[in-house]
Amino acid sequence: MTNPVLSVTNLSTHFFTRDGVVKAVDGVSFDLARGEIMGLVGESGSGKTVTGFSLLGLVDAPGRIVDGSVKLNGTELTTLSEKELRTRRGREISMIFQDPIATLNPMLTIGQQMRMAIDAHERLSSRAAHARAAELLTQVGIPSAAVRLRAYPHEFSGGMRQRVAIAIALLHRPTVIVADEPTTALDVSIQAQILHQMRDLARETGTAMIWISHDLAVVSSLASKLAVMYAGRIVEQGPTANLLRDPRHPYTAGLIASLPSTAKPGTPLTQIPGATPSLLSLPPGCPFEPRCDYATSKCGTDPEITLKDSRGWRCFHPIGQNAEVPT
Amino acid sequence: MLGFIIQRFLQAVGVMAVMSVIVFCGVYAIGNPIDIVIPPEATQEIREEVIRRLGLDLPLYKQYFIFMGNLLQGDLGRSFIYNVPVLELIGGRMPATLELVLISVISATVLGVSLGIYAGYRPDSWISKAIMAISVLGFSVPSFWVGLILILFFAVKLGWLPAGGRGDTLEIWGVAWSFPTLNGLSHIVLPALNLALFKLAMMIRLARAGTREIMLTDTIKFARAAGLSEGTILRRHLLKLISIPIITVFGLELGSTLAFAVVTETIFSWPGVGKLIIDSIAVLDRPVMVAYLILVAFLFVTINFVIDLVFALIDPRVRAGAVK
Amino acid sequence: MKNKSTPLRRFWVEYRENKIAVVAMFFLVALILLAIFAGFVSPQNPYDLANLSLMDSRRPPGFVGTGGYTHILGTDPQGRDLLSAIFYGLRISIIIGLAAGFVSLTLGTALGITAAYVGGRVESLIMRLIDLQLSFPAILLALVIVALLGQGKVQLISALVAAQYAYFARTAYGAAKAERGKDYIEAALATPLSGRLVVWRHLLPNCTPPLIVVATVQIANAISLEATLSFLGLGLPVTEPSLGMLISNGFPYMMSGRYWISVYPGVALIVLIVAINIVGDQVRDQFNPRLRK
Repeated sequence: MTNPVLSVTNLSTHFFTRDGVVKAVDGVSFDLARGEIMGLVGESGSGKTVTGFSLLGLVDAPGRIVDGSVKLNGTELTTLSEKELRTRRGREISMIFQDPIATLNPMLTIGQQMRMAIDAHERLSSRAAHARAAELLTQVGIPSAAVRLRAYPHEFSGGMRQRVAIAIALLHRPTVIVADEPTTALDVSIQAQILHQMRDLARETGTAMIWISHDLAVVSSLASKLAVMYAGRIVEQGPTANLLRDPRHPYTAGLIASLPSTAKPGTPLTQIPGATPSLLSLPPGCPFEPRCDYATSKCGTDPEITLKDSRGWRCFHPIGQNAEVPT
Repeated sequence: MLGFIIQRFLQAVGVMAVMSVIVFCGVYAIGNPIDIVIPPEATQEIREEVIRRLGLDLPLYKQYFIFMGNLLQGDLGRSFIYNVPVLELIGGRMPATLELVLISVISATVLGVSLGIYAGYRPDSWISKAIMAISVLGFSVPSFWVGLILILFFAVKLGWLPAGGRGDTLEIWGVAWSFPTLNGLSHIVLPALNLALFKLAMMIRLARAGTREIMLTDTIKFARAAGLSEGTILRRHLLKLISIPIITVFGLELGSTLAFAVVTETIFSWPGVGKLIIDSIAVLDRPVMVAYLILVAFLFVTINFVIDLVFALIDPRVRAGAVK
Repeated sequence: MKNKSTPLRRFWVEYRENKIAVVAMFFLVALILLAIFAGFVSPQNPYDLANLSLMDSRRPPGFVGTGGYTHILGTDPQGRDLLSAIFYGLRISIIIGLAAGFVSLTLGTALGITAAYVGGRVESLIMRLIDLQLSFPAILLALVIVALLGQGKVQLISALVAAQYAYFARTAYGAAKAERGKDYIEAALATPLSGRLVVWRHLLPNCTPPLIVVATVQIANAISLEATLSFLGLGLPVTEPSLGMLISNGFPYMMSGRYWISVYPGVALIVLIVAINIVGDQVRDQFNPRLRK
């Protein structure tokens, strides 16, 4: 990829708990181009949210980034001081969360909260700040923006609140937005609206997005590129259509097969047998091995990433046509 | 908003009514109602005379109305011991207690919340651990003991501060206050400290717990993700969010402090309402006891009402009636 | 892997990490043992009037009394050996605290669970009452009850219970209500199983952890409240002095420098209460899932 806006190499974030070391993120690498939407998919506990936090340097104790590099617009983030990181958060990279009820302070008006976000990076006059906030609310599809600025979060519906959060994330025209399950808490109909909105916004503003979700179906309608995470690692990544049609990693295949839309009507839904491993007691070698139909003794060692064209996977026995079995 | 105020006001009136019934029944069911009016040494003739005159042979509900009628006119009976109307007696003592309570409560809250927020923000620093250790003491040690130690240390051993009584007072707006005078101030320091300690400890723990919890919420994470400085987050988000539990407890503890003033006033011989009630219980001056109960109930209801109003002011959800 | 971690063991391992809490537990156990075996450990029986001599009264620590032994902590105005009086006083304070705590626990839990289980009008009525009660300061309530009922063990415990049961009720209600709303309870109630069984087997066990936490705090509070009441002269009769009464006895003598009469019983009381609170704190922190890292 030429000149990615975000370049993550071998990122590892570990949590040093009383019960042991949890390798929540273990050697994650990907690139993001300008305006590109990437989907980061995985079950809960796969490390996708922690990856998102790591990009912004918001990992809470007892966790911290132990290895790897995160280059945003050419600058290495992992070595920056907290102060320097803060100047970039919200301005070059922002994040929106799952539940907008929890992210917006119920005791402050929308306008006040947007103003605080503006003031964090720019000195604008009251009027200019007000105008910018109103402009952004309109852009995310909230009518009568100027009036709505005086409203409190509880006066909005769930979908509207999330739009407000998106508006705040866009205030300074960031290069990248990390969206952590932004539609999971919303009604299905609203979900579709927000998805559309975000895709249009990305195109209009040239903002790249990392869309974190456990829902493959939701992400695939939006993202041009997918990365599948399991037990803290990316086990497969590649262009969306390509990946869905022709998965390489057995886990990806399992995920696709368990989607209701891919099942034939009348047949029972497919499941991936077993459960996600506890990150405290990972089996040696490939973490998916206990649940994999294709596992052999070779899978007792950790598979490396194989790259071919624009696809990548971590498996000794990749499935599908044109797969190459690594020696 | 207006609807909210009216609703709360009616509730307050309702509670007062219920409390008056409870006090009435408590006194009339448990004690001999005659004893409220007549000292125990009166002769049989006088007793019968009074019973008839005061209508104590009337059915209970009629007596209640007479009781309430007197009450609303401000007639709470006369004290056996001092032989003055109870209202006058209590009224004369009230300012002393109020001053003590107000000074204690305000200083405890301001100091306690500040310390607590610090302890919650940096829980692992040794200052925070020290703050928490002190708060455990302030919280668990009975206040009369603290008062004792304060007297022992500052009054007896060091001789810096007086061991009791109220010092000189200055009249402001027709009421006697002691803190404006130096002598008065020296007299109020120890009892105020004593009274404040419990509330201080409580505020510290509350602020700390609240801070720790709030700092882990998505609201704070989102604010950080937007690049807000820690200072702004503390000032604009934390303070606002923590004000709700703080104010709730503040209101509850205000009443509690008024109650604990009883102990402090006894130890430091502070001439307030608290000391009055203890003395009255000891000599069974029942009119004073009844009046004190009514008064306390009234104060409680008023405090709760005011707190509700404050909530409506600071939390927009309450104003909209969205949250109870 | 030899990892036989039962919940109790894990609890203790984590508890051990807080050195202060361990010290507190040590003191607590020591005081409880002293109280239980007060009869054996005390040099003198403070209630045996035959032993007392007014000649010995108000003597400083180290004084050798008419009985022939050294009063390590001095004597009180009645000539009692202070050390012995403290042991017996500890016993009374602890017993009253436990009794009040236990009755409050039972009464409060019963009320709280009933409210959560029955629901409807009964629920709102009970909880309104509880809320009202909670906003009323404990000490006032206790004062009033003692004033109305007079003095004595039963009256004192009643006063303490009246002041405290509401905390238990509210805690039990909260826990039971959270559980009650869960689907498996609805399912269980749909079966012919008696409601009482559901309460015993499901609702009650879920209330236990928060109730334990409340209990530790409230027992300390009961002890503190009883001491305060006794200090104010409204506690137990003079013949059975609890720690509060001992402190009260010594108060008039503080000004004249005979501080030990109040101070030593006070120290015993403080150590007891603080120990209970520290242990209770640690237990609460360990039970609170939200603060776990």
